Amino acid sequence: MNQHVMPKLNRRAFVIGTAAAGAGLSLGLDLPFGGPTVVRAADGSPEVNAWVVIRPDDTVVIRIARSEMGQGTLTGLAQLVAEELECDWSKVVTEYPTPGQSVARKRAWGDFSTGGSRGIRSSQDYVRKGGATARMMLVQAAANEWKVPASECTASNSVITHTPSGKTTTYGKVVEAAAKLEPPADVKLKDPKDWKIAGKGLKRLDTVDKTTGAMIYGADVKLPGMLNAAIKDCPVFGGKLKSYDEAKITGMKGVKNVVKVGDSAVAVVADTWWHAKTALEALPIEWDEGENAKVSSESIAKWLAEGLDNAQPAYIGNQNGDAKAAIASAAKKVEAVYNYPYQNHVTMEPLNATALYTADKCEVWCGTQNGEAAFAATLEASGLPAEKCEVHKLMLGGGFGRRGMTDYVRQAVLIAKQMPGTPVKLLWSREEDMAHGKYHPVTQCKLTGAFDADNNLTALHVRLSGQSILFSVRPAALENGKDPAAFQGLNATGEAAIGYSVPNLLVEHSMRNPHVPPGFWRGVNVNHNAIYLECFMDELANAVGQDPLEFRRKLMSKHPKHLAVLNAVADKIGWGKPAPQGIHRGIAQVMGYGSYVAGAAEISVTDGSKIKVHRIVASTDPGYVVNPAQVERQIAGSFVYGLSALFYGGCTVKDGKIEQTNFDTYDSMRIAAMPKVECVMVPSGGFWGGVGEPTIGVAAPAVLNAYYAATGKRIRSVPLKDQNITFA
Amino acid sequence: MANLTINGKTINVDVEDDTPLLWAIRENVGLTGTKYGCGIAQCGACTVHVDGVAMRSCGVTVSEAAGKQITTIEGLASNGALHKVQQAWVANDVPQCGYCQSGMIMAVAALLKEKPKPTDQDIDEAITNICRCGTFQQVREAIHAAASA
Repeated sequence: MNQHVMPKLNRRAFVIGTAAAGAGLSLGLDLPFGGPTVVRAADGSPEVNAWVVIRPDDTVVIRIARSEMGQGTLTGLAQLVAEELECDWSKVVTEYPTPGQSVARKRAWGDFSTGGSRGIRSSQDYVRKGGATARMMLVQAAANEWKVPASECTASNSVITHTPSGKTTTYGKVVEAAAKLEPPADVKLKDPKDWKIAGKGLKRLDTVDKTTGAMIYGADVKLPGMLNAAIKDCPVFGGKLKSYDEAKITGMKGVKNVVKVGDSAVAVVADTWWHAKTALEALPIEWDEGENAKVSSESIAKWLAEGLDNAQPAYIGNQNGDAKAAIASAAKKVEAVYNYPYQNHVTMEPLNATALYTADKCEVWCGTQNGEAAFAATLEASGLPAEKCEVHKLMLGGGFGRRGMTDYVRQAVLIAKQMPGTPVKLLWSREEDMAHGKYHPVTQCKLTGAFDADNNLTALHVRLSGQSILFSVRPAALENGKDPAAFQGLNATGEAAIGYSVPNLLVEHSMRNPHVPPGFWRGVNVNHNAIYLECFMDELANAVGQDPLEFRRKLMSKHPKHLAVLNAVADKIGWGKPAPQGIHRGIAQVMGYGSYVAGAAEISVTDGSKIKVHRIVASTDPGYVVNPAQVERQIAGSFVYGLSALFYGGCTVKDGKIEQTNFDTYDSMRIAAMPKVECVMVPSGGFWGGVGEPTIGVAAPAVLNAYYAATGKRIRSVPLKDQNITFA
Repeated sequence: MANLTINGKTINVDVEDDTPLLWAIRENVGLTGTKYGCGIAQCGACTVHVDGVAMRSCGVTVSEAAGKQITTIEGLASNGALHKVQQAWVANDVPQCGYCQSGMIMAVAALLKEKPKPTDQDIDEAITNICRCGTFQQVREAIHAAASA
């Protein structure tokens, strides 16, 4: 944990509203790139600027504001800083600044939020400038010492050389002087084609501790005098805690306290978590379940199905021409209805946070995808101002969007507040995690395609019905009631644009928000939208007897980047050439998070119900690739996550509660089912797209389309387990 | 109360007999490399060796484990050198979030003891740990690398 300990900075405290810290938007960026006052790290080493600290032994400490949850951002961002800094990569270590320090320094490190595949693409510009600025100051300091123009000096591998004289010095020797210099006004960044550290598949910086058990995750925090809490929230979302019979468990071993948490949850605090959980299970609890106890998956499905009716109101997300009229007068019409269920993130590390509350301070230790949002939750739950709160970020045992939410942080603080002076670690059981997710939203979709007499696609109508994430999570982002994110992958333009040109197009969303709380789940709305569109593209191709790839290509001439990745996977998988005996292929493409991606699968099917995935090929154009080895791992991992959801996922609702309770009812892929993912990276430059999420969108449709090729049976409903289809 | 022999050291832990070994290791002994993922012996994040056999420690009680040789991830390295599986993990840059990797590594170390040169099919049958990040490709490569080290 030591590398994450930061100094108490002697700066004036900035009191900010919790909403501002949570939204992370309203303060604007004011990134300090150095200045005459030297700021020092805990060990006394000077900051060259907020991003770079250099120790006298030449160790380079790079500050990373975004969270590492396995996606490799920590390493990738360090590569970008180091590239411009021209430092010795073998001497690089990283540390997290805390949200409290960031607030106190006018958000010196910018946005902490780590989601939407933004970790690198949204901070690459200013972290590279941070590295470049530091390099220029270090070079200037050496030049000053030698009394030569900085233009005669170069820096490489943490060594500064005065070219004419051959004199050299190191960053560690000039850092004290450099830290006192004014930062340069003009900073020129390298052309990515000249990268030496970025763009390379360097090893991650956080691997060794993850192989020895030494890495400290939130669940591993130990503080002197710490107690442990287990929690149960009303299993019906929106319900309340009515009563509990504390007397029944007060004598149980290790139990120290039973506390109400907000108006819907109860927690048992004990010496160990095992004692807390055991006592909580023995605690008689009465819930006021409320009206939502009547809701079931069936009632939700019925309500959503009503939204597929064109007579119902809907928000328009994308339209050109007159799709409804073109469909009405079509020579041939194809229609299909699809659906996609709730999904739980199921991070391997169950949610947890440790809080210590005293009258004048509240500190939290947790894994979070958004340090600033966790900080805001700490302020709000503790009732203390920003200068009296702090959040210490720890390694995340998975995030996938779930740890961008702060419900568990709020709960930990509310518990600790009732036991001032005692640190309390709140750990959710897996059962609590399954019962209180922030679920991938539930949707249905009716798609209608129209052809003219020559089998040209003249119209496409995509009618979505279902839940909006933003309505629940970020209502301020709605546009006159419309959730713009609902159309991810189907938009006319932007970072999630449709890859087809259809003369008459209508994409609309009938918003229906059941009581089950939705959240951002790796890939978010791309998951279902890509299944709907890409499986239906196959249906359309089939309806006119055309090859699915050729059918798509004809509609993609105005979308060259979408087409390029599609062609890349087609080439790699050998589309158009005969597949081996018994093997069938499926293909899909989508754009999301600023990146163009495509996937293809080769599968065999036994008895119509046992699927063996033999090959997966995936392609991405994210503009630039900062670490190809990590991009490859993200792509492969996204297929594991996406196919787990396709085959085994699906959270169902009964009596207002989620029915699945653990991995025995919500399974996840094992190694046996997963083939190697063959990646084709085609970064075309000029833009920065994300990596962690986009390819998950093509995982399910590529396999579903291959299943159709193998069986002639079209699957329009997820998960496959409900249709007795599983891995071979 | 139970006497547990963990990583070669015998430790007296003051817990009820039916306490899962996982929680005695994490909370009473204080070794946190062994992880809680499900508590129902499904995910494998809590895998340790009990008398050399890979077991899900959430499904073993301390009374069952008492008197047996228990090895956790912290005890896998010997004489300051990482176990060949750990070395292969580092060389192949296997972990993503890393939370499941202690259990994965323990399962693989036990497999290699039984089958020093496992085939892909051996791996498929023996390694049933869940990894939500999806590191399986690197896991497989690293197993083969460790087997030939």
